[in-house]
Amino acid sequence: MINVALPEELQRINQEVEGYARAVGLDFPEVRFIMLDFQQMNQVAAYSGFPTRYPHWRFGMEYERLRKSYAWGLHRIYEMVINTDPCYAYLLASNLPTDQKLVMAHVYAHADFFKNNLWFAHTNRRMLDEMANHATRIRRYIDKYGLDEVETFIDRCLSLENLIDLHSPGIRRRPGRLPETEDEEPFVARLPSKGYMDRYINPPEFLAALRQQHEEKKRKAQGQSPAYPQRDVLLFLLENAPLAAWQQDVLAIIREEAYYFAPQRQTKILNEGWATYWHSHIMTRYALKDSELIDYADHHAGTLASSPGRLNPYKLGVELLRDIEDRWNRGAFGPEYEECDDQQARANWDRQLGLGRQKLFEVRRIYNDVGFIDTFLTPEFARRHKLFTYRYNPRTRQYEIESRSFEDIKRQLLFNLTNFGEPIIDVVDANYQNRGELYLLHHWEGVDLRMDYAQATLENLQAIWGRPVHIETMKEDKGPIILSFDGERHSSQVLGKQRRAA
Amino acid sequence: MTYIEQDMQRFRAIVRGKIKENLRKYVSNHELIGRQGRDLVSIPVPQLDLPRFTFGKVGSGGVGQGSGEPGDPLGPPQPGDGAGEAGDQPGQHILEVELSLDELVQILAEELELPRIQPKGNQNVESEIARYTDIRRVGPESLRHFKRTYREALKRQLASGTYDPKNPVIIPIRDDRRYRSFVRKPTPEANAVIVYMMDVSGSMGEREKRLVRTTAFWIDAWLKTNYHRVTRRYIVHDATAAEVDEETFYRLRQSGGTKISSALELCHRLLLAHYPVADWNIYLFQFSDGENFEQDNRVALELLREQLLPMANLYCYGQVNDLHYRDTFIDALNRLDAPDNLVSTRIPDEEAIYQALKVFLGKGR
Repeated sequence: MINVALPEELQRINQEVEGYARAVGLDFPEVRFIMLDFQQMNQVAAYSGFPTRYPHWRFGMEYERLRKSYAWGLHRIYEMVINTDPCYAYLLASNLPTDQKLVMAHVYAHADFFKNNLWFAHTNRRMLDEMANHATRIRRYIDKYGLDEVETFIDRCLSLENLIDLHSPGIRRRPGRLPETEDEEPFVARLPSKGYMDRYINPPEFLAALRQQHEEKKRKAQGQSPAYPQRDVLLFLLENAPLAAWQQDVLAIIREEAYYFAPQRQTKILNEGWATYWHSHIMTRYALKDSELIDYADHHAGTLASSPGRLNPYKLGVELLRDIEDRWNRGAFGPEYEECDDQQARANWDRQLGLGRQKLFEVRRIYNDVGFIDTFLTPEFARRHKLFTYRYNPRTRQYEIESRSFEDIKRQLLFNLTNFGEPIIDVVDANYQNRGELYLLHHWEGVDLRMDYAQATLENLQAIWGRPVHIETMKEDKGPIILSFDGERHSSQVLGKQRRAA
Repeated sequence: MTYIEQDMQRFRAIVRGKIKENLRKYVSNHELIGRQGRDLVSIPVPQLDLPRFTFGKVGSGGVGQGSGEPGDPLGPPQPGDGAGEAGDQPGQHILEVELSLDELVQILAEELELPRIQPKGNQNVESEIARYTDIRRVGPESLRHFKRTYREALKRQLASGTYDPKNPVIIPIRDDRRYRSFVRKPTPEANAVIVYMMDVSGSMGEREKRLVRTTAFWIDAWLKTNYHRVTRRYIVHDATAAEVDEETFYRLRQSGGTKISSALELCHRLLLAHYPVADWNIYLFQFSDGENFEQDNRVALELLREQLLPMANLYCYGQVNDLHYRDTFIDALNRLDAPDNLVSTRIPDEEAIYQALKVFLGKGR
């Protein structure tokens, strides 16, 4: 990482903004700013902020996308900041000083969030170096085994990268995998024979059957079936799938990076809301000069723009934080307030507690998006901000506004946020039907899996597991169903009543 | 080469590979017609995305904000930050790769092994985007120049006396808006003219015209990547010929006999009048179902040999029918001891377009 010194003017601005950020109570590690031009910014963004990552085509795809949309004037990335210590943040060289000031204030709040939010407690703050190590190892495998081989395997792993357990970020890989075949008895079934008699003494199909029995016994001895459902499918594969050493390493790398990025996806709304809250607070109270007002207003409005049907996480986050601050300042919380059903009284409620700011710092420490929405979204808020739910209508082939009821809105938001709005899936059996087949269970909550993707993902899973694989899910029109792939053919079976206990 | 360039090249190599596998399908797909070189075309590329266990569209939804009644459709999402979080529309994994038509044509050219054309002459002046340093009155909102817009609004309000220093509210109207724009830098370019000639006699039906249209679309696209400026002229004929515009060319339906020579004759007059051979690269494409009178075949061949072939970079004849009459125009052409800027091929169905392009454009002239 080349560390370009900031031009003098920006250094001055930086010192000023850092001073304000500390003064308002933000707590962050050292932040290093790096100036980039558009092209470099798009490059770094394609690697999610880590220019040192391993080679893969999807980064190239992302870069193309960013480059094109910049060329068409559709978007610009103003800031990027990564969760490391020291914390690195990238500034766009072509921004006006006003913009840089705003971005710096924004970045300091992010850095405070990374350091203090509980969901980040387990993340590796030396990830820049770690990513570089990953890249070195993967390049070595590419040199040794060929690009196609390694790339195909990475693609398979990435297809499964969302199958992790978000509630166990602290789990490291457990030791205790059985060593490979070194001290077990070798498989010998062949009887000594003369060449011309061999076919009779050692019939090939008989030998094959023996070998299968032996394998069976070995699998049983290892007791592979998970004792309880495992949500960390990647870890399960790491410990149990028949992988070469390099493949294990690649899978471990993909898994580690998935866990590293998970908290950022879990706290997007809160984290962006927090940063937006502080940049506007710092700018409007302290840092803004008269001449900068219009540019600031424009940029700030751009950040918070929302288009129909899309919820801007920056806007939702900052509005909800302001609402919390206001309510805790007024004391508009707790049993007495909750039980009051006089709208007028609730709106004018003021106990002069002044606990707002303190509450915000507490929220930023302990919540992720799910808890944040679950705890603080109120009917008043949903009404004031004109929230609604929408749903895909297969008949008209478009998304349509569905409901403005608070319960529906809250349920839908939480559904979209829980597990990043991705299906919850466990490994429940690794020796299904006593044949060493892998059986996954999808906890269906009203939305069907996308079938073509599910089948393609099963193929990737099968390639890693080596034996047939199954996933049990539901379809709204058919009920419980098992999708299977045996390495050659896909099949599906409607279960009727014989569902496995979820 | 930097890492990102390596990853990008890898990505493009994969895309190209996938596209090549399906190229014939794209070529015979007439939905692309009407796109321009820089237009993006969405090419569905199978298996390029990373599939996951994820939700489908059915039953899925999200939370949005704004006005509207239950049952109202949502507008399409705005382009911009592709935040894939809550409230975003689900199921937006890219199965489609956006390529510009130019890129697609390049891939096609590679696959067909089309040689680069060596243009002759050099007169038009074309231009390229250089940098975003200019200001204009129209443009996309993302390129709006905020301060300039406000300055214009302030000037207007001062001039019209609606500015009140006590209450300095400035509201820009449409005329005040200013947008960033790019400056073009001129570069000289060779240019080309394509003359399309089509038989519209009674035997040419909708299906035949669509074959012509799809073939012509790819010819246009390829020539446009070789020449910055391509002029196109259209001639239709039954027993007599007339020049028409593009739309009429594909729509017109006549009845009556066929005289291929009438189109060639008109084409010759057109070239003499407007396109001197020294300055223009001339491409002639003729399409017919080939049912021509025998004595007219002779006249047509004469015209080609004596007049048109010496002028043109290339003359291509495509016979669009799936019937095999004896002694159609293509057979007459094949008997001709032709110079190598004359090519002809049969295009009986959409499948054949791919091969026809290879025959037509494989000469690099």
